[in-house]
Amino acid sequence: MSAPNQSGWKPGTPVEDHNAMSGPDTVTGNRALMLEEPLLFEIGHVETTGVDLPEPAGAATRLGGMDRAEAIGLPGLSEPEAVRHYTRLSRQNYGIDLGFFPLGSCTMKHNPRLNEKVARMPGFADVHPLQPVQTVRGALEVINELANWLIDLTGMHGVAMSPKAGAHGELCGILCIRAALEARGDARKVVLVPESAHGTNPATAAFAGYEVEDIPATAEGRVDLEALKARLGPDVAAVMITNPNTCGLFERDMKAISDAVHAVGGFVYCDGANFNAIVGKVRPGDLGVDAMHINLHKTFSTPHGGGGPGSGPVVLSEALAPFGPLPYVVRGKDGEVHLVEEENADQYGHTQSFGRMTAFHGQMGMFTRALTYMLSHGADGLKQVAEDAVLNANYVLRSLDDVLDAPFGPSGPCMHEALFSDAGFAEDISTLDLAKGLIDEGYHPMTMYFPLVVHGAMLIEPTETESKAALDQFIAALRSVAERAKAGDATLKTAPHYAPRRRLDETLAARKPVLAYEEPVAPSGQPTMSEQGGR
Amino acid sequence: MRYLPLTEADRSAMLETIGAPDVDALFSDVPEEARLTGPIEGLPMHASEMAVEKHMRRLSKKNLAASDAAFFLGAGAYKHHVPASVDHIIQRGEFLTAYTPYQPEIAQGTLQMLFEFQTQVARLYGCHVANASMYDGSTACWEAVAMASRVARGKKRKVVLSGALHPHYAEVVKTMAKFTEDEIAHASPALQAQPDNYGLIARIDDDTSCVVVQYPDILGRVSDLQPIADAAHEKGALLIVVNTEPVALGAIKSPGEMGADIVVGEGQSLGVGLQFGGPYLGLFAVTSPKHVRQMPGRLCGETVDAEGKRGFVLTLSTREQHIRREKATSNICTNSGLCALAFSVHITLLGEKGLRRLAMENHRLACHAADRLAKVPGVSVLNDSFFNEFTVRLGTDARAVVRKLAERDILAGVSLGRLFPDNADLADGLLVAVTETTTEEDIETLASALEEVLS
Repeated sequence: MSAPNQSGWKPGTPVEDHNAMSGPDTVTGNRALMLEEPLLFEIGHVETTGVDLPEPAGAATRLGGMDRAEAIGLPGLSEPEAVRHYTRLSRQNYGIDLGFFPLGSCTMKHNPRLNEKVARMPGFADVHPLQPVQTVRGALEVINELANWLIDLTGMHGVAMSPKAGAHGELCGILCIRAALEARGDARKVVLVPESAHGTNPATAAFAGYEVEDIPATAEGRVDLEALKARLGPDVAAVMITNPNTCGLFERDMKAISDAVHAVGGFVYCDGANFNAIVGKVRPGDLGVDAMHINLHKTFSTPHGGGGPGSGPVVLSEALAPFGPLPYVVRGKDGEVHLVEEENADQYGHTQSFGRMTAFHGQMGMFTRALTYMLSHGADGLKQVAEDAVLNANYVLRSLDDVLDAPFGPSGPCMHEALFSDAGFAEDISTLDLAKGLIDEGYHPMTMYFPLVVHGAMLIEPTETESKAALDQFIAALRSVAERAKAGDATLKTAPHYAPRRRLDETLAARKPVLAYEEPVAPSGQPTMSEQGGR
Repeated sequence: MRYLPLTEADRSAMLETIGAPDVDALFSDVPEEARLTGPIEGLPMHASEMAVEKHMRRLSKKNLAASDAAFFLGAGAYKHHVPASVDHIIQRGEFLTAYTPYQPEIAQGTLQMLFEFQTQVARLYGCHVANASMYDGSTACWEAVAMASRVARGKKRKVVLSGALHPHYAEVVKTMAKFTEDEIAHASPALQAQPDNYGLIARIDDDTSCVVVQYPDILGRVSDLQPIADAAHEKGALLIVVNTEPVALGAIKSPGEMGADIVVGEGQSLGVGLQFGGPYLGLFAVTSPKHVRQMPGRLCGETVDAEGKRGFVLTLSTREQHIRREKATSNICTNSGLCALAFSVHITLLGEKGLRRLAMENHRLACHAADRLAKVPGVSVLNDSFFNEFTVRLGTDARAVVRKLAERDILAGVSLGRLFPDNADLADGLLVAVTETTTEEDIETLASALEEVLS
């Protein structure tokens, strides 16, 4: 352990006999740096503005007689108030910048700040999607360069860059498959999806008009190849497989699965959510995959931003590439990059496209970040990324499998995430309780209750950007919380104790939904705003 | 490598704990023949921060930034001034590097922001409830069509699209409808001062699940939607109103006031920036409480914690894919959270007073531009009504004019030929957008350049 610092506290030592929450109540409800923040609607005012704009001159309008007469009800804040409001809100959030965020299947890795700097260069951030092509060659080059990286890293034939997120990419891939089948006059009805898949997989297939059937898994957490083969037939349009799968395991039989699906005329969709485990180590194209989305916000470090935006380019096999969506970008024989849209698709032989998925070219702001990340790591660095991510996950798995049940631990190494179950917990302690206990230890919990195939699942994805010291502290914390869960420590039932909020009543939220703020009605019948004034 | 903290000593120690001889042993489940032995050929090796920045800067310099030009493009993406504090706030690590707020006790910042955002959007649109955002305006438009189909329980299969709906939005709806077997009624607009709302109404029948109109429309026209709402409701169809310029709603009536059932739009104008088309911000709201449970996407709701303190959570998630799987209302998982934050901060800085002033300033400059361009020989202004964008006719192929002016660093607008390549009747049309960032000097530059090019 490191030497004590001047406060006498040293890394990794529990603070004994000090309950941070003990002490007198405060008038404000604040607790020093833990600051309560009212809603904007309680502190702002419709007459307040933080932007200097000229007063309207009162000239006649040409608004077709649709001039707004009614008040909108939008309170404003001056700049200092706004900066403080949002800064205070930000401090009630956990983020990767604050600490370890081992959310399985979400790949919460460090978001490099160079990416942010590059995305804000005026030549990228301040460019309109419909500018004449001659004024956006650099933007098209970024798309083309990133497309080439994705093709080379996956060993595929082409890539559709416009999907806005992973699930949008899934839809793109499934629509390519449907278009390819229709082009050969083959109306298949069924898409097979393993039970362990992300919910987006069946939702996507259903949205595209397919019936969804489950693929059974083996006891060791992988697709049951024989059962799959037995189900395959001329009605199966595609199988959707996540590889590495959501149990954190590589689908060893992937090539055999692909061959079997192709043999009956179907296609293989691979969910690329977990590409971080294999980037630079295996190319999905070599395993017979026909389509795979890549979450740039996972493997290629673009920020999650509290739930988006994402970006989900889809790499396509030679059989599917002709059906990819418009617009797309291609480098022509003249060496220049060109934008292919509806009107010039003929010229580039892309007449079978299934259409347009989104208004413009996709998530440019994510493309610049992802390309910056790829160039930073290079081919050698990306290989190291996968190796360190897998090493970190196995280290967590083997450091905890004596205290937590690892259902697939005996079957060999995991890939980028370690999966545990709630077996051995005291009867009234759940995975949720353990997760909330981890919050008190200063961690974002792992993914809970997913995949569905494992009871009380806990899916831990450390990523490659955690140090060994950070992992060791997490392992010590999780070991302690796991031991409390097994011993039936009742304080876990009421955790978290030290977060900005205690457990929230989700049942109440769903039973009586309050989805927008409404001003309390004053006795006069007039709504009041800003009654509570300052902080 | 600067983003990788493990040292060689760490790696050895960890392999020892694991009981593996080397890291390749951890990849033993990957079939030998598929395993790559070295870095993938043809790709560059790692590079320093300085070298990467230089490479990317070189690419960025090949683009003409909007701020370096006299700039008049709109058509669904608008250049507005974004206050400096917006970008500062969205770069706070606690917002930037957070995940979807599935652990509400340590995500109250994101959740309270989303609750405020939902309220702001609902009020701006004149709606009951807004969701926590979608990918962008065009995908939100499709989601609204899909929702209307759910509301009709799949018994109505016809979708009536206004010809004056953004053609890319119409393309997205048509793409998706091919797979859901909805029938789409759509034609491109005619170059008239007023939209053909009665023609649109005539296409609504008993099999119509929804009518989709844009407000202001793709040619910039503003018209009363109440007659369309009434006609749709008479046939049991929903009215979906698409708005691609939220700033307009500081000056004109909200769609909710005019009988819209679902209001969707692009939120990019506020806080997000141009970014060559993405990431943008899909807005989605409904006017009736009975439609809330048919909405796609995340919803944030108010509740209390175990001590009775107010707090916020994601709610009604039984609509969503991670619970409902193939029975979900949408396959959407990601929203556009950070863009929603940017939008919310920007609209908070504006407040009602600022938004109204911003809208009127846009309109004032657009009126000035319309008057100035109308004086250019050969140019006529189509619109009687507009907010900050209007259509002019040049009497010649507008695409060629746009390209010619781009050589002089004038980004003159979006030619209708680019938006509607299949409709030769529209080829001389040019959409001109004017915002508070446009100067009178820019307008003069455009007008005099047009005079030269058209003479």
